[in-house]
Amino acid sequence: MMAGRGRGQLTFSVEIVGIGKGENLPPSSVQPTPLFPPLDQKPVPLQTGEEAEYMLALKQEFRGAMKTLPFYIRPAAPKKDVERYSDKYQKTETTDNSLEWKPDWRRFPKELRVREKRPQRDKSPAVPKQPKQPRVDKEEIIRKLETLEQKEKEGSSDEEEGEKKKPEEEEAEGEEEYDEEEFEGETDYVMSYFDNEEEFGGDSDDNMDEAIY
Amino acid sequence: MTTQEVRLCGLLLQEHFGDVVEKVGTHLIRCGVLTLRALAHETKLALDLVKKSLCVLMQHGMCTFGAGRRGPAGPVEYRISCERILHMLRYPRYIYTAKSLYGDTGELIVEEILQRGQMTMSCTVKTVADRLTHNMPEGQSMDYSEVVSSFSQLVETHFLQRCPPVASTGSSNTGAVDTPPPAVAQPSEPESHPDCYRVPYINLTGQGKRRRSSEDGEADQRAAKKAKIDNSECGDEGIFWQVNFERFHLHFRDQAIISAVSCKLDQTSGEIVRTMLRMSEVTTQANAAFTQALSANEIFRALPSNYNIARPILDQYLTLLVDDPMEFVGKTGDSGGGMYVVNLHRALANLARATLESVVQERFGSRSARIFRLLLRKRHLEQKQVEDFAMIPAKEAKDMLYTLLSENLVQLQEIPKTPDHAPSRTFYLYTVNQLPTARLLLQHCYKCFDIYLFVDTIQTIGNLIERRLYETKENKQVPPFSTIQNISSKRLLEKSQRIEAILASLQATGAETAQLTEVEEMITAPERQQLESLRHHINKLDSSENQVDETIFLLESYINSTEASR
Repeated sequence: MMAGRGRGQLTFSVEIVGIGKGENLPPSSVQPTPLFPPLDQKPVPLQTGEEAEYMLALKQEFRGAMKTLPFYIRPAAPKKDVERYSDKYQKTETTDNSLEWKPDWRRFPKELRVREKRPQRDKSPAVPKQPKQPRVDKEEIIRKLETLEQKEKEGSSDEEEGEKKKPEEEEAEGEEEYDEEEFEGETDYVMSYFDNEEEFGGDSDDNMDEAIY
Repeated sequence: MTTQEVRLCGLLLQEHFGDVVEKVGTHLIRCGVLTLRALAHETKLALDLVKKSLCVLMQHGMCTFGAGRRGPAGPVEYRISCERILHMLRYPRYIYTAKSLYGDTGELIVEEILQRGQMTMSCTVKTVADRLTHNMPEGQSMDYSEVVSSFSQLVETHFLQRCPPVASTGSSNTGAVDTPPPAVAQPSEPESHPDCYRVPYINLTGQGKRRRSSEDGEADQRAAKKAKIDNSECGDEGIFWQVNFERFHLHFRDQAIISAVSCKLDQTSGEIVRTMLRMSEVTTQANAAFTQALSANEIFRALPSNYNIARPILDQYLTLLVDDPMEFVGKTGDSGGGMYVVNLHRALANLARATLESVVQERFGSRSARIFRLLLRKRHLEQKQVEDFAMIPAKEAKDMLYTLLSENLVQLQEIPKTPDHAPSRTFYLYTVNQLPTARLLLQHCYKCFDIYLFVDTIQTIGNLIERRLYETKENKQVPPFSTIQNISSKRLLEKSQRIEAILASLQATGAETAQLTEVEEMITAPERQQLESLRHHINKLDSSENQVDETIFLLESYINSTEASR
C-alpha cells in the first residue's frame, strides 16, 4: 500500500482535474517564496485629502509624543567602549529601579511597587554632600555671631561652651566623610575634592557640545 | 492568537513603550497568564524592569491581574489583552473622531487620555487647558470650565468612561515587596459599574497657564508631573477615566454604513440613514443585529429641517433603500406609515463582502473577481459550470480558479458518490465561505504591517534599504543612491534632527540670518534629497497603515457580529 504513495505517482488519474495527457505537471518548488514577489497588479493609490493628511499628522505626532512620556522605558544605556573613572560620578539618566511617574497604587498590585529607597542611597554620597558644607559654614557663622553677641552682653562665661560645640560638629562630619571613603574604596581621592572638579567642568562641557555642531 | 497578531502587538508595544515593554508584552502574549517571578525569570530581564513594564501595561489598560490558580493566597497572575494592544493602531482615528465631534478640545482630551492610559478628570482638564492656552495668541487663555464641559459631553455620549474600580485589597502594608502580595479581584467590566458614566464634581476654577516656549520639551514632562502632584485638592482623586473603545467602534460602524449608503445611492439617503441611526443610538444594544424599528412618521419628524425632504419623497427614499440589494434598511411592518430598521449585521456582512470582492479584483484582475462573485452568488459550482457561467475560456478560467484556490480565497468541497472517494466518481464543488475568507484577509491585513514595513523610522529605513537593494538587484537599474549612503540614512536622520534642534534654539535666541543659513548648509544637497525621499516613504507607509486599519476594522466588526449572532 505505502509504496504506491510515493513521489511522482498520483493516486488518481490526472485528467479528472483537467490536465491533459500531454501536459506537464508544474515542477515542485523547494525554495522559499521570494521576499518581495513581483506584483501582477499595481496597487491602487492611497487616499488623499484633508482627513487622511490630518490622521497622518496625528499618527506621527502621537508616536513622537509617546517617546517623551515616562511610559517609554529605556533600559540602562549600554556600557561605552571603555570604563572610565568619571563614570562613577556621572549621574545616570535612567535608573532601572524607579518609576518616573506616580501610578495610583490602589489600582495596582502591591508586588509591583518598586522600592524607592535604593536609588536614593546609591546617589546620596555624590549629591547631598555638596550643599551641606556651605550650609554648615553659615550656621557656624551665625552661631559665632550669636555667641559674640552674648559674650558682649553677658560676659565671658559662655564663650567656652560655644567653642566646645564646634569641634563636636566637625568630628561628626569627619565620620561621614570617612564612610564615603570606605564606600569608594578604590580611589585615593577625597570625594569633596572630586565633586568640585565635576561641578566646574559641567559648564564647559555644554559649551563643547555646541561647538561641535 | 496568530503569529501575525503577536508580531504586530510586539511592534506596537515597541513603538509606543520601548524595547523592554515589548519583550515583556510579547512573552506574556505567548504564555497567556504568568506570575511576576516567572515573567522575570523567563524574559531574563531585571525584576525592576519587569515591574515597570507591567505598571506601564496596566496603566494603559492592556494588562489585567488577578488571583492565580492557587487561590487568593497565591501569587498574583498577569494577563495581557491582545485586542486592546491592537487598538493602538487606531489611535489616530479615535483622536480624529473626537476632533470632528467635539472640536479641538475634544481632540486634546482624547489624545491626552490615550497617551497616559488613564487620567483623573482634573488632571486632564488642566493639561488640556494649558495646551490650548499655549496655542492661542498672546493674552488669551482657555478657561477650565470650557474644557470641563467638553469632558462632560464626551462622558455623556459614553466616549469616555470610568476605569472599573479594583476591589480593594485586604492588608495595606505599603512598601512591603517581599511579603506575599494580597489577592486582588480581577477588575470587572466597566459597564457593570453603576457610576461608569457619572461625572464627579470637581473643584477647579481658573485658566490654562502659558508655559514659556524656550523650555518646551522639559516643561512638558514637568507640567505632567506637577499636574499629577497637585490634583489633590480637586476632589476627584482615585477616579480615573479611560477611552471607551467600544463606543468609538459603534460610531465607526455607523459612519461606515452612512458613507456606503451615500456612495451607493445619494447624499440624501445617507442623511436619512444617519437620522435613523442617531434616533436609535441610545435604545439599541451594542451588538444588536438591527436597530429599533422606527416609523416613517418618526423619521420624518427627526430629519434635520435644512434638508427639505417632503413626506412623499421620504417614503420614496425609504422604499428605494429597502429595495436596494445591499439591504442596509429593512421594513418590519406597515403601521405608522411603515416601520423601518437599519440592518446592522447585514450591512456589515455586505460591506465585508464588497471588501473581499475588491481585494480579489485589485489583486487578481476583474475576470478573477467575476469568478469570485459568481461563486459567492451561486454558492457551489463545479469547474465546468464556473467556466460556463463566467463566460471565460476554459483554460484561463481554470488558471484563475486554481490561483484563487491556492490563495485560500476559494474552497474546494469533495462530494464522493461512492465511499471509496474515487476521483472519477466524485463531485468537486468550488465555493466561497465568506467568514473564513474574511478571517484570512484579516490575517493578511495584520501581515501587511510586516510588508508595509512598520515600526519606527529607523527600522523602516532598515526595511526600505532591504526593499531598495532588492529592487536594484532585480531591475539592474542604476540605484538612486549608493548602498553606503543608504546604510548611513540612520545617521543622516539623526544629523538632521540635531541641526533642526540647533536652528530652533538659534531662532529662539534671535540669531542673524547669515548664521542660520550657515547652519542649514551643513546638510548637503544630496543629503537633503535623500532625506526628502525618506520622509516621503515614511509618510506613505504611515498613511497606508491608517488605511489598512480601516479595512481591519470592517472585517473585525463583521467577524464579531457574525459570531455574536450565532
